[in-house]
Amino acid sequence: MKRVVGLLLVCLLGLFMWGCGKEAADQASKGTTDQKDDLIVVGYAQVGAESDWRTANTVSFQTTFVEENGYKLIFDDAQQKQENQIKAIRNFIQQEVDYIVLAPVVETGWETVLGEAKEAGIPVILSDRMIDVSDDSIYTAWVGGNFIKEGHDAVAWLDGYLKEQGRQDEQINIVTLQGTIGSSAQVGRTKGVEEKLPEHPNWVMLDRQTGEFTQSKGQEVMESFLKSYDDIDVVIAENDNMAFGAIDAIKAAGMDPGEDIIIIGYDAVKAAFEAMIAGDMNVSVECNPLHGPRVAEIIQKLEKGEKVEKIQYVDEGVFPAETAAELIDSRLY
Amino acid sequence: MLRKFREKIGANSFLLLITIVLFIVMYIVGMIVFRNDNFGRLQVFLNLFISNAGLIVASVGMTMVLISGGIDISVGSVVAVTCMLLAWMMENKNIGAVPAIIIVLVLGIIYGLIQGLLIAYLKIQPFIVTLAGMFFCRGMTAVISSDMISIKNETFLELANAKIYLPFGGHVNKKGVMLYPYIYPSVIIALVVLVLIFFMLKYTKFGRSIYAVGGNEQSALLLGLNVRLTKLKVYVLNGFLATLAGFVFCLNTSGGFVEQAKGFEMEAIASSVIGGTLLTGGVGNVIGCLFGVLIKGTIETFITFKGTLSSWWTKIVIAALLCFFIILQSILASTKHKRRKASKI
Repeated sequence: MKRVVGLLLVCLLGLFMWGCGKEAADQASKGTTDQKDDLIVVGYAQVGAESDWRTANTVSFQTTFVEENGYKLIFDDAQQKQENQIKAIRNFIQQEVDYIVLAPVVETGWETVLGEAKEAGIPVILSDRMIDVSDDSIYTAWVGGNFIKEGHDAVAWLDGYLKEQGRQDEQINIVTLQGTIGSSAQVGRTKGVEEKLPEHPNWVMLDRQTGEFTQSKGQEVMESFLKSYDDIDVVIAENDNMAFGAIDAIKAAGMDPGEDIIIIGYDAVKAAFEAMIAGDMNVSVECNPLHGPRVAEIIQKLEKGEKVEKIQYVDEGVFPAETAAELIDSRLY
Repeated sequence: MLRKFREKIGANSFLLLITIVLFIVMYIVGMIVFRNDNFGRLQVFLNLFISNAGLIVASVGMTMVLISGGIDISVGSVVAVTCMLLAWMMENKNIGAVPAIIIVLVLGIIYGLIQGLLIAYLKIQPFIVTLAGMFFCRGMTAVISSDMISIKNETFLELANAKIYLPFGGHVNKKGVMLYPYIYPSVIIALVVLVLIFFMLKYTKFGRSIYAVGGNEQSALLLGLNVRLTKLKVYVLNGFLATLAGFVFCLNTSGGFVEQAKGFEMEAIASSVIGGTLLTGGVGNVIGCLFGVLIKGTIETFITFKGTLSSWWTKIVIAALLCFFIILQSILASTKHKRRKASKI
């Protein structure tokens, strides 16, 4: 018995020491290079790895903040939990990183921990989602997509497409598959479309319902739309996944998506390009996840002591089906 | 020699000792490995308490329930609904911070009372009762509001952001700012709960009867203890502690939303087990569970400090530790059993 316990203890300790010894060696070699190169240390608290978009977002940071560019990146995956991000930021402060980049899991509850970062004099740059705080000075800048503009872009594309087809004077019936209600993407994209609708009196928004950003829910909602309305001309899906669901529902109803019903998606993920090449989808409005270079730009400006703009939108494009085939290979996500 | 020592201090204290030694060894290793990253700073240690204050409170309650032979898997959902209720009352209903906090704590007691009645008097399995509680609370969180609510109540934020600076151990950071180590009121709440429950379990009649009921219900009954009432009280107290944990958790995140604190109950159970509590009941103590929480926190700190490891390693290391402690416990229990048999003959 005694031997078993002893053995277990020795095994555990051995394993532990081995792991740590290896780390210590890594650390020691890194430690010397750190001092030599005087790298800018960036602590990056990422949401997790829940989607292709998010993974592309992470890779963008990991490939931008490399030693060759003069950075050392400390990466933390929060597994979709805010409390993990709060812990990570507290550790970043103690590690004395030069900058903290935060892609918040949620909009709420950042006052305390970002206040600590501010007190320690570490600038915080937000990526992707906004935070809901009463004191704006606790973050230096925000980098992300302009969802309202994405909505405008979708309307502008539809207008052009209809003119091309000679249908600009017809009555156009539209349905919208909304994202998770309350998310920034849903709010912005719905608002963007709504703002531009009055310019097109012949367009009728028949219905809006949430498909919660998922393919299965998107399909379900589209099925019910098809039952309630006979003449749907356009589906606006507030992300590509719901558009895929809508495509399945339309096919099941014996119609041809992309032809009989125009499909508009957002995000421009790689799978959307595949759907466009197959002729099932008409357009996808990009939501650019490549925030790394823009954040690096901000950090470089701050290093020189320059002022930076608080709100910075990344460049985003519109990708209609005609361009899908030639662009698909260049898509990173 | 090891055996003699163990017999002298008892199997349970032996388990506790292993947990504490493990924590100290881990921490020292961390200080050596991350010596260039200021791991040795007092603030890093205090951050373990700041970030895990809610978990400490929940784990203390969980340890008590486990000692009584029960389990409560609804803690995470209770924490979520507490945060949501606090945010909703303060932001949407304009209720002051203090009344809101009192209301949730009272609701916690009522919730514990219902669970306790079902478990103690209707003899329903605690797992099933608290499973229902888990679904109910998570569902209620979404019903109250499916949107996130950010707490902007000034009294609440003042309490959440009230740093208590220690008068020593300050340092000047790279940006030339002098920083003193600090804690938040949440840490004090957690430690007060820990100390109170520690003394309650060790020195009060109620505390001792929890061990008796958890160890062997039949003998506790024969000893003339009111088993049902003891169990009821345990769940009522646990309901209170779970909402208190929610309040403390909320001080850290100051907002309410549906997905909050998922898996929190499992972290509490893991911390209790690593701290030497037996799931079969009758054995355990809250000091061990504090070290269970600290060990988990230290592993997380390792992983962030390293900066290149996947954070999922925390879960894998915790799994290995759980395995280790469970095997150790069962070995200790079986030798105790053998010894008892031998002495009978």
